[in-house]
Amino acid sequence: MANSDAIVGWKTITFGCHILEPGNSANFRTGDWRSQRPVTDKEKCIKCGMCWIFCPDMTYKQDEEGYFEADMEYCKGCGICAHECPKDAITMVPEEG
Amino acid sequence: MIPEFEKFKGFKAKSMPKEELLAPGHRACQGCGEVLALRMVMKALGKDVIVCNATGCMEIITSPYPHTAWNVPWIHVAFENAAAVASGVESARKVLKRKKKIPKKHVDILAVGGDGATGDIGLQWISGAMERGHDFLYVCLDNEAYMNTGVQRSGCTPYGAMTTTSPPGKKSFGQVTWKKNIPAIMVAHNIPYVATASPAYFLDLMNKVKKAALVKGPAYVHIFSPCPTGWGSAGERSIEFARLAVETKVFPLYEVIEGRYIMSRKIKKAKPVTEYLKGQRRFRHLDEAHIDYIQKRVDAEYEKLLRLSEMT
Amino acid sequence: MSKRVGIEVSIAISEAVGLARAEVIPAYPITPQTHIVEHLSEMVANGQLDAEFVPVESEHAAMSCCCGAAAAGARVFTSSSSQGLSLMSEVLYIPSTMRIPMVMVVANRALSAPISIWNDHQDIMVQRDIGWIQTFAENGQEAVDLTIHAFKVAENRNVSLPMIVNIDGFTLSHVIEPIELPDQEDVDKYLPPFKPRYKLDPRRPITMGPVGIPEVYTEAKMAHDMAIKNSKRYILKAWKEFEEVFGRKYEPIDTYRTEDAEVLLVGMGSICETAMTAVDQMRDNGQKVGLLKIRLWRPFPAQEFRKAVGKTKILAVIDRCLPPGAVCGPVGAELRSMFYKIPGSPKIFSFVAGLGGRDVTVSRFEEMVDKARAFAKKRPRELYQVIGVREK
Repeated sequence: MANSDAIVGWKTITFGCHILEPGNSANFRTGDWRSQRPVTDKEKCIKCGMCWIFCPDMTYKQDEEGYFEADMEYCKGCGICAHECPKDAITMVPEEG
Repeated sequence: MIPEFEKFKGFKAKSMPKEELLAPGHRACQGCGEVLALRMVMKALGKDVIVCNATGCMEIITSPYPHTAWNVPWIHVAFENAAAVASGVESARKVLKRKKKIPKKHVDILAVGGDGATGDIGLQWISGAMERGHDFLYVCLDNEAYMNTGVQRSGCTPYGAMTTTSPPGKKSFGQVTWKKNIPAIMVAHNIPYVATASPAYFLDLMNKVKKAALVKGPAYVHIFSPCPTGWGSAGERSIEFARLAVETKVFPLYEVIEGRYIMSRKIKKAKPVTEYLKGQRRFRHLDEAHIDYIQKRVDAEYEKLLRLSEMT
Repeated sequence: MSKRVGIEVSIAISEAVGLARAEVIPAYPITPQTHIVEHLSEMVANGQLDAEFVPVESEHAAMSCCCGAAAAGARVFTSSSSQGLSLMSEVLYIPSTMRIPMVMVVANRALSAPISIWNDHQDIMVQRDIGWIQTFAENGQEAVDLTIHAFKVAENRNVSLPMIVNIDGFTLSHVIEPIELPDQEDVDKYLPPFKPRYKLDPRRPITMGPVGIPEVYTEAKMAHDMAIKNSKRYILKAWKEFEEVFGRKYEPIDTYRTEDAEVLLVGMGSICETAMTAVDQMRDNGQKVGLLKIRLWRPFPAQEFRKAVGKTKILAVIDRCLPPGAVCGPVGAELRSMFYKIPGSPKIFSFVAGLGGRDVTVSRFEEMVDKARAFAKKRPRELYQVIGVREK
């Protein structure tokens, strides 16, 4: 997997090969791994947060109204959220193209 | 009882820590139950932690240079030695605090590894660290085979499971040995806290991790970590399988506090093991006789645990 | 005032580690290193040294523990030997590329099989390429001084590399010598507290030891190589400062009676003491023979070595290691490749001697010099000779 961020020279590589910026994997979008996306039916959603709790990719964020929404930059489309939703409020929808 | 536990009220689903100590953008497979368990572990611990990671899936998916998913200090040295690295971190902080070179504030030290790093290649290092009594917690994320290298069997691979080095064939039915009981080995070290946990029961998992961190001295938490890639199971069913493993008694949840076994969840009416086995490609080849054996052995192992919890 | 005492070299090294105020000492016992760690644990037990002595369950764990402790910001020391060093091997490569400083004294010993607890350099030559700075001590005083020097160099923020001080097992570790133990005050002046460039600290979280994908690995290794090469100036600087504080002078290559020499013996470690006696005797007999002692092994001081060789045309290089199937011993190979096709370079003959505690006597050095002279006239069939081996 080519990674343009990883193009470093020996003079510019970080000391000891340490990564000094915490959590910078967020710069890497895993959303394009996805073949299906979760869509939440807000009518059914009870804002319990199970989708957020059971997401292995830290994609869900709670909005001001208390609904949880998946960030498509990162969502890999695994479908755990839809499978675990106690109210069947989440549907996995195939990505186009 | 452990005095440190008295003040700890436990996590609540409604007031879960919001902070993510693991960032998105990590390279775990779709539906990875291991990184999900790790995320819960980190939520329970919070940001005042130093993580010593063994080589394995979690190490590679979180740290392909120049990207790190870690928002906390993290070190990876090698495969088998995370517990020894943690021993070093703990010893350093002890002396540096004594010499007033670092703040007195408590920082948890977490060593984390997969089932291979824990139960096979790293067993000696963990045993040494436990025996010496370092104040740290070791978390084993058990996905029941060497997934990082392409699904080879480990000592923690369950009976009958197909892996690339325990393939079923004319003369084999897959893994021929019963799953190695690592928690029992840890209990034998007389450490103050040992527990098993499952990401399906996330509050239970987080409470156990927190208790393991709170307790003075070494603690061990063994976490069942579904692996869709290695198990041949659907990614969306990772949590379901984690739950089924508990409901079928395949992976019982318990704590061992100062040698006393406490069942976290007594399974009164267990589901048959087939509920758990079906839907996983690694068990697909098993015939009735093998499934029957698994059922009997699972029941017997569970009875043993119950007896231990009654005795201690 | 520093005091001159008759003391076992191992004990003196422990005292030096104490003077350096080491903070974490993970250690596992192995002959002939044991006296060093025993004495250190005693010093910690009786309060002489405020440190954590971690009695780990193996050498691999010792080195792993060292990595964790040094990465967390402590001054770290350990000691090992032979089989133990080999068991550590996997880990040894890691702190060096990760730039985690620590100091290890290796009591050099043979490798199995057959099992031998006695001295040679096979254990450390296997670890030649671990990317640590490495020195070799000739006597007890040097062992003490190089240990203190090692902390100074390793922890220098421009160096930040782990460092090994090699001492010969038994022939050095277990002998009692008159040694000047420095004053605490002087050591404190020479060696400031360890301030790592980066450490594991929740106040500033960093990721240490990430995955090096193919786009990164070569650059990481090159950066390490340049770091160890650049460390030489700081090694020399630290020796200069050592001389200013303690009055004893060290250089990467030591010369002994090399003026107008026709043949130079090349050795490292305690064997050089006997070699000097041999040189004296040969000089007394009118032979123009001298000795070069390699004190700094990694980074190899090529420039200093060439200068020390001067115009001498024959080198008799002693390797205390026999690499089966290789063209010659590692020191011989190193020097040959260094001089390859350089105009006017000396003829280099490789001798393997002193394996597994075999004494290398004065007459053996004379034998090597004689053979080197003969080979210079008539090229030998073998690329190296094993000295003192019985045929029947």
